[in-house]
Amino acid sequence: MATFGSLSDRLAQTLTNLRGKGKLSPADVDGTVREIRRALLDADVSLDVVKAFTGAIRERALGDDVNKALNPAQQVVQIVNEELITILGGQQRRLEFAKRPPTVIMLAGLQGAGKTTLAGKLAKWLKKEGHTPVLVASDLQRPNAVTQLQVVGEQAGVPVFAPEPGNGVGDPVKVAKNGVKFAEDKQYDTVIVDTAGRLGVDADLMKQASNIRKAVDPDEVLFVIDAMIGQDAVATAKAFQDGVDFTGVVLTKLDGDARGGAALSVASVTGRPIMFASTGETLDDFEPFHPDRMASRILDLGDILTLIEQV
Amino acid sequence: MANPWSLSGALRGVFGRKTIDDSTWDDLETSLIGADFGPDVTEQVTDELREKVARYNTTDPADLRRMLRETLEERLSKLDPTLKLSNRPAVVLVVGVNGVGKTTTIGKFAKFLRNFDRSVVVGAADTFRAAAVEQLGTWAERAGVSIVKPQAQGQDPASVAYQTVEKAVREGIEIVIIDTAGRLHTKGGLMDELGKIKRVVEKQTEIAEVLLVLDATTGQNGLAQAEAFIEHAGVTGLVLTKLDGSARGGFVLAVQEQTGIPIKLVGQGEGIGDLTGFTPHVFVQNLIG
Ligand SMILES: Nc1nc2c(ncn2[C@@H]2O[C@H](COP(=O)(O)OP(=O)(O)OP(=O)(O)O)[C@@H](O)[C@H]2O)c(=O)[nH]1
Ligand SMILES: Nc1nc2c(ncn2[C@@H]2O[C@H](COP(=O)(O)OP(=O)(O)OP(=O)(O)O)[C@@H](O)[C@H]2O)c(=O)[nH]1
Ligand SMILES: [Mg+2]
Ligand SMILES: [Mg+2]
Repeated sequence: MATFGSLSDRLAQTLTNLRGKGKLSPADVDGTVREIRRALLDADVSLDVVKAFTGAIRERALGDDVNKALNPAQQVVQIVNEELITILGGQQRRLEFAKRPPTVIMLAGLQGAGKTTLAGKLAKWLKKEGHTPVLVASDLQRPNAVTQLQVVGEQAGVPVFAPEPGNGVGDPVKVAKNGVKFAEDKQYDTVIVDTAGRLGVDADLMKQASNIRKAVDPDEVLFVIDAMIGQDAVATAKAFQDGVDFTGVVLTKLDGDARGGAALSVASVTGRPIMFASTGETLDDFEPFHPDRMASRILDLGDILTLIEQV
Repeated sequence: MANPWSLSGALRGVFGRKTIDDSTWDDLETSLIGADFGPDVTEQVTDELREKVARYNTTDPADLRRMLRETLEERLSKLDPTLKLSNRPAVVLVVGVNGVGKTTTIGKFAKFLRNFDRSVVVGAADTFRAAAVEQLGTWAERAGVSIVKPQAQGQDPASVAYQTVEKAVREGIEIVIIDTAGRLHTKGGLMDELGKIKRVVEKQTEIAEVLLVLDATTGQNGLAQAEAFIEHAGVTGLVLTKLDGSARGGFVLAVQEQTGIPIKLVGQGEGIGDLTGFTPHVFVQNLIG
């Protein structure tokens, strides 16, 4: 099944073909753009985003502002890389803290995306940065989500506000609200609200998420999304944007080999920055998001750049 | 709230026209890509349909719609989707990457088997993830089946699997379902651990099914997942979960075709009844509308 892996090879091949050329012709650009389109689709970038993106690449590659110091293949790679980084957010954004504590961070996303694990990671990281976080167990739906958050809280060494047993018992909106009050009373400076996973098409649960948001008035709402997601990333991101709205995105499971085209789709469709990358199952596998690294990953540009330097 | 994307929605434009033209083909491609069939399968299907349209000399979008349905159904029906559970005990090992729905599927499947009066024991061999054992415990209770849990935190998953099968043999329980920790297919050590679980179980009895759970929201990475799990765990069937969302899971067609492993179960919700067998006709019906 080696056929799965040939995408960057094909792209590299197309670019290599441009190597001897002095100037890019429209035909050269079309051929390359076709391969880039293919590469992006294999990376699960949404088709609409691919179209807009390749359109922009084509225009720039044929325009006057290309870097004459580079050969045509390098020019194309450079343009692609720059455009990718622009969409992915250029600069990374940091968490917004409340002027008057506690800072409230709410997590939302599809089932199994990695929210509860992220709650633990964030808490541990914030604690290391000198904050005093508390976790709030507002997923009262998924079997033993509350227990899971308690275990994760223990691993992170932070308290967990979990007044309800969950498994269908308790009101998540009320728990979230009381969680913030608990933090105010006990002077914790950050509150991380874990919520149940929900589908973009589930209107009732989306309404519930929106009610949690209204109840806690968060400083940040982080949309947690699995890097392995396919074309559904856009519909899902839009549904969460319309349903709860979010201020930032966290991309999870980046420790695998998914190219993570969703990053491009979500950033471009929602205009919200990707703030963190989750890269493993243990609580330290967590880092700020780097748009440049992600750009190379989506198109496997690291390899391609090396290859072009060699030619 | 935004309308969920759907292939049937996307295809309305394709088949709403009076005649097949260039934009019909563009829209068809858009729709197939949007359902995660991937660029390769999309190209194959589109080429095949172009050829058929030319051969039958039709310009009617309704014909194209029928041909699309037939093509996909035919391709999806090539493999036998029945579960082979006649061994006693029949041991089912459930594997997959993190968060795809393994534990939930086991809960539903156990209930499904109980409905047919089969006796079932589940084994909590995910000794790693926070509260995974408790989660399976809740499902076992809901399904009304027994469970074997690790005796100590972080116990070797293979030994839990062994003890589960042992209990089934001892007590004459008909079906054993073993939950395993989610693991990314790229992690060699964790994949080897699956091989160990298998070997340890096989000391007592043959394994009836190794089910690989795939999440319908997954994109082209699903192929790499399947490839690795087949190699390390000897997968015999696929389970496609989360089909109740807006994702269509089109990548499983390529997985089925490239691996020869059939989809055997489909999950469409978080409730205990939300599991069915795989019916190509229904799958395509939901896809095309
Ligand atoms: N490999 C890897 N696994 C992860 C990562 N983040 C989370 N996981 C795993 O993914 C699975 C699901 O994670 P959870 O934190 O339970 O996800 P969730 O979004 O809270 O799930 P629900 O509450 O059911 O919606 C678990 O097995 C986690 O260990 C990551 O960055 N890499
Ligand atoms: N909507 C929907 N959600 C599902 C389905 N199957 C599972 N889920 C949800 O997906 C999340 C993850 O399910 P689990 O069964 O814990 O997944 P897992 O593969 O065991 O996860 P790990 O053990 O952490 O790797 C939970 O919130 C489930 O309720 C499904 O068919 N539809
Ligand atoms: Mg959770
Ligand atoms: Mg599990």
